[in-house]
Amino acid sequence: MDDLSNYPLELTGDDVPMVRFMKVTKRYGDLTVLDKLDLDVAEGEMVTVIGPSGSGKTTVLRMLMTLETINEGVIYVDGQPLTHMAKGGKLVPADRKYLRKMRSQIGMCFQHFNLFPHMTALENCMEGPVQVLGMKKAEARERAEELLELVGMSDKRDQHPSRLSGGQQQRVAIARALAMRPKVMLFDEVTSALDPEVIGEVTNVIRSLVNEHNLTMLMVTHQMGFAKDISDRVCFFFDGKIEEQGTPDELFGNPQKERTQQFLSAVKEAD
Amino acid sequence: MSYLDFLKEYGPRFWDGALVTAGQFLLATALAIAIALTAGLMKLSRNRIVHGAAVVYIEIFRGTSLLVQLYWIFFVLPLFGITLEKFTAGFVAVGMNLGAYGAELVRGGIQSVPKGQWEAAYALSMSPAKRMWRIILPQAFVNMLPPWGNLLIELLKNTALVALISVSDLMFEAKQINGSTFLSAQTFGTALIIYYILARFIVTPFMRWLELVMRRKLGRA
Amino acid sequence: MGFNWNWEFTWEILPKLLHATLNTLMAAGLGYAIAVVLGMVFALAQRTPYWALTKVVREVIEFIRSTPLILQIFFVYYVGPQFGLKLGPWTAGMIAIGLHYSAYLSEVYRGGLEAVPKGQWEACTALNMSTRDTYLRIVIPQAIPPALAGMGNYLVGIFKDTPMLSVIGVAELMHTANAIGSSSYRYLEPYTLVGIIFLAISLPTAGLIRLFEGYVRRKLGLK
Repeated sequence: MDDLSNYPLELTGDDVPMVRFMKVTKRYGDLTVLDKLDLDVAEGEMVTVIGPSGSGKTTVLRMLMTLETINEGVIYVDGQPLTHMAKGGKLVPADRKYLRKMRSQIGMCFQHFNLFPHMTALENCMEGPVQVLGMKKAEARERAEELLELVGMSDKRDQHPSRLSGGQQQRVAIARALAMRPKVMLFDEVTSALDPEVIGEVTNVIRSLVNEHNLTMLMVTHQMGFAKDISDRVCFFFDGKIEEQGTPDELFGNPQKERTQQFLSAVKEAD
Repeated sequence: MSYLDFLKEYGPRFWDGALVTAGQFLLATALAIAIALTAGLMKLSRNRIVHGAAVVYIEIFRGTSLLVQLYWIFFVLPLFGITLEKFTAGFVAVGMNLGAYGAELVRGGIQSVPKGQWEAAYALSMSPAKRMWRIILPQAFVNMLPPWGNLLIELLKNTALVALISVSDLMFEAKQINGSTFLSAQTFGTALIIYYILARFIVTPFMRWLELVMRRKLGRA
Repeated sequence: MGFNWNWEFTWEILPKLLHATLNTLMAAGLGYAIAVVLGMVFALAQRTPYWALTKVVREVIEFIRSTPLILQIFFVYYVGPQFGLKLGPWTAGMIAIGLHYSAYLSEVYRGGLEAVPKGQWEACTALNMSTRDTYLRIVIPQAIPPALAGMGNYLVGIFKDTPMLSVIGVAELMHTANAIGSSSYRYLEPYTLVGIIFLAISLPTAGLIRLFEGYVRRKLGLK
């Protein structure tokens, strides 16, 4: 059994990471998806997670978005515990209210976009700010328009998702997530459901976010070239653990572990 | 009078009524299946008269109330020289009504069989009748079974209406017992429970079993 | 053969039957209104985290759906007085038919709610929306179009089941036709007219419901 008193109530010091996974374990029944994961993401850092399917990489993002509960360990965001909360000088599992407060710092884009089909692109981007942040409609609208401009979707703002291509839907989804002003952005295989010819329009948007905004980002992808281009750090996941991590040059140029080498050469052959 | 005494005294009459209900159910089901197959296939026909006849039948029986149909068959049909005894009139009305609903299930089930199956049978130069009986219907039948399960529950419930033309089914017995004892909660409550048992523990499990058997036969389970 | 249609008799009884049609429509409308609201309560009650509540509601729905409406009408009408609570035919009839159809509608709603993809719920979590907003603004609007066909079928269904209310003396179409038949000994005209009136209302209504369904889908921007 995990003893919660082994974990600090909050992280202090000079270099508090934006995200910290501390000995996080996730199990589905008998299957251990993540095994005592330790992972830090610094403020403004772009970390990419790669690995074979079933290695637990998507689970990392889903736990951070609080879509999945964890079995052991603690996740911290900006120094504060996310999965737990301090109560009477001890950490206890977070209640719904606390989770809602904490997850407002995190935004996520999904593999299948998950845009609201009954709302236009603009309405999708206004929904969160108006309903959740309590922003005035005019203000939310102005901001949504700016963000749609940023992702190059201004001309389609009054279209419903069913009228948009996959690449266009994903760009709207990115604008929708940004509209909530998250500190951390999660990209979960955002190009996997796209036709090859439109992948570029989505990766270009993410690229511009990396270059022009000081966002902390965590991305799961199968696009090795893209990961190599834009990441500050790449983590290779295998069997619920980080098998190897480093800068793109280190990991792609000179992988140390045998499994990393096998995976990278298998991926290269498939390309 | 305790409920146990009540059951001792009136149990046999509930039992007799339940048997009549079961008889109505079985006969109406047989009729409904025959009508559903005929009208369902007719509706798929490219012959406009055959198709039109099926549409008219289905729309009339689905567009009006079973009770109206039952009274019409029992009270009006004799004017045309067709006098049905009340027991017969009962299951005929229920069977004809549910048959119209079943026809749509048959049509939908046949249309749910992938086009490739039709083409494959065609490529083997099967006759249209063979193609339907040996290739299409067996697959359509499996697809149709779950909605037929629901339909048979509806049919069972609808047999209760035959009590209104004095067929002595479970509903009728309950009405009679209530009229003489005024123990409405016990009487109607007992009848409700018997219908529930028939539906939930006899008809539904039987249909589930049939689904399983048929799926095995098609190698899908 | 005793078949001869009497037109004079037809014109004499038609106004009475048309007047009774208003009662039939009112019964169907009231019963449906009860079913629409109560059905939603039943559907949402099955989505709460309380295991026992879910189980009980599930069983009640199964029971209502597995037993004849006509028997339920008798039950509601006659059991009250046994315990000193006398309900009029209209009240008892509306309770019985409303409750019966709420069980069916709750299943329609349940199907609609379950048809909303899991990703929509996850997007709401990612946008940090409350449970209430998630239901009201995202999930229910998407659950309605797939539920409309079923809701429409049961609207026509409840209309066609109203003749059963005649057994406890609600003065709707069937009740009026029965009265005409037993006083004049002519059944051909009243029962045939009742059938035609039902057809004349239920067929166009079914068509209108299909049009409405398409309209709502377009309105919500769904394909």
